[in-house]
Amino acid sequence: MVLDRPQYILRPVRVAWVVTSFALALLLNFVPWHPAALAPDFVALTLTFWCVRQPRLVGLGAGWLLGLLNDAGSGVLLGQHALVYSLLAFGAITLSRRILWFSVWGQALHVAVLLVLAQAVGLAVRVAAGADVPDWSLWAPPLIGALLWPALSFVLLAPQRRPVEVDETRPI
Amino acid sequence: MEHTPPPFFKRGPAPVVRLAFFTLLSIALLVLDARFRTADALRQSLAALAQPLQEIAMLPGTLAGRIAGYFASQVQLREENATLRRQFVEASASLQRLEAVLADSEQLKRIETAAQRRRMSGIPAEILYNARDPYARKVVVDRGTQHGVRAGSPVVDEVGVVGQVTRAHLGSSEVTLLIDKEQAIPVQVARNGLRAVAFGGGLSGLLELRYMALNAEVEAGDRLVTSGLDGVYPPGLTVATIARVERDASSSFARILCQPAAGIERGRYVLILDTEARAAPRPDETAPEGDARGSKSRRVRRKAADGA
Repeated sequence: MVLDRPQYILRPVRVAWVVTSFALALLLNFVPWHPAALAPDFVALTLTFWCVRQPRLVGLGAGWLLGLLNDAGSGVLLGQHALVYSLLAFGAITLSRRILWFSVWGQALHVAVLLVLAQAVGLAVRVAAGADVPDWSLWAPPLIGALLWPALSFVLLAPQRRPVEVDETRPI
Repeated sequence: MEHTPPPFFKRGPAPVVRLAFFTLLSIALLVLDARFRTADALRQSLAALAQPLQEIAMLPGTLAGRIAGYFASQVQLREENATLRRQFVEASASLQRLEAVLADSEQLKRIETAAQRRRMSGIPAEILYNARDPYARKVVVDRGTQHGVRAGSPVVDEVGVVGQVTRAHLGSSEVTLLIDKEQAIPVQVARNGLRAVAFGGGLSGLLELRYMALNAEVEAGDRLVTSGLDGVYPPGLTVATIARVERDASSSFARILCQPAAGIERGRYVLILDTEARAAPRPDETAPEGDARGSKSRRVRRKAADGA
């Protein structure tokens, strides 16, 4: 349980850092990964993270805009990722209180479910638009993304951690 | 009235309301884009926003490629050089023959006052990467509108047709491969001139000739070339070889599968053809005008008859 572990008191998040992390995630999505079928969706992962951590700050509107940018950049149907990310943001916000109660691997398990459902919505959109159903490798990116969750939470929370060294000159 | 929360607890619309709003907005956009193709202006401006990110994202790959190229072993380079030289000699021999034939045909055309066809010119391009979308078969090449690429141009490699430019950005363009499920190309059997349309087979990586009668005169091994009927692909380019013909009496059409000729998923360099101003105007663009004139003259004639 969460009470067994030491807890950090986090500094308030900076909006600039959230925006930077989204820009970096979009950048990583546009990198031509070599087995392109296995590359996780970094934007979906980052969006889930901020929706879980800061549901008041990042929500469906941010997800929708990021989805539109992703659609235009990767040249797929306009609105596909927008729809997927809106639903993903909604799921993440709804589950955010529950997810934060678990250890980081428990959180990853929840995120895996969310990402697989998001991929399924994307699949439904493309099949409705007349595409073939791809093979099983379609489900690898969400699972790989969930495996990256602990590393991602460490990196994205790093600016919010208080310095561990005690400052003697500090008044409080 | 008594039960509304005080304004400092205001959080805007409920999450479910927001979800409904954004879902409907996305679905509306999807329908606009997929059915009516009217979202292109929005797409262009969004793509311009995403463009700098994309360019930065390409940098590591390009750098790694350059470094790897720098350290390529000399033996490999020498072998490659020898092969290229051999190919060059072969190509130049066939080019000379082609020049002679072209000269002959130009002369013939002049004599017959046939429509002047421009010689094919092309823009060489390098394939950067496969598009990320797992549902479509597309690649991205490193030439865009600033190099003169236009959407709709055919793309070939040294063997045959690769596909067609479906979207041209400023510095790169998106080429839909022949095997994409949405792609179709008018072809002709080289052996007997039979015309057909080859459709992409999607995930199978093959092409399919649809709507061919059971007794159509095709057999495995036949070479397919472009017929040029659509005004997009110039005639005579190699497209595919027929791999299998299944004649099943229970259906009215034969099932004909073809193996694409070009190195559709292997090659690295392609040529984007410029086929501007080659196609004759389509009949449906000229027909209404002629119709209108016809009805007008008829009306005039009727008026004249009334007057008389």
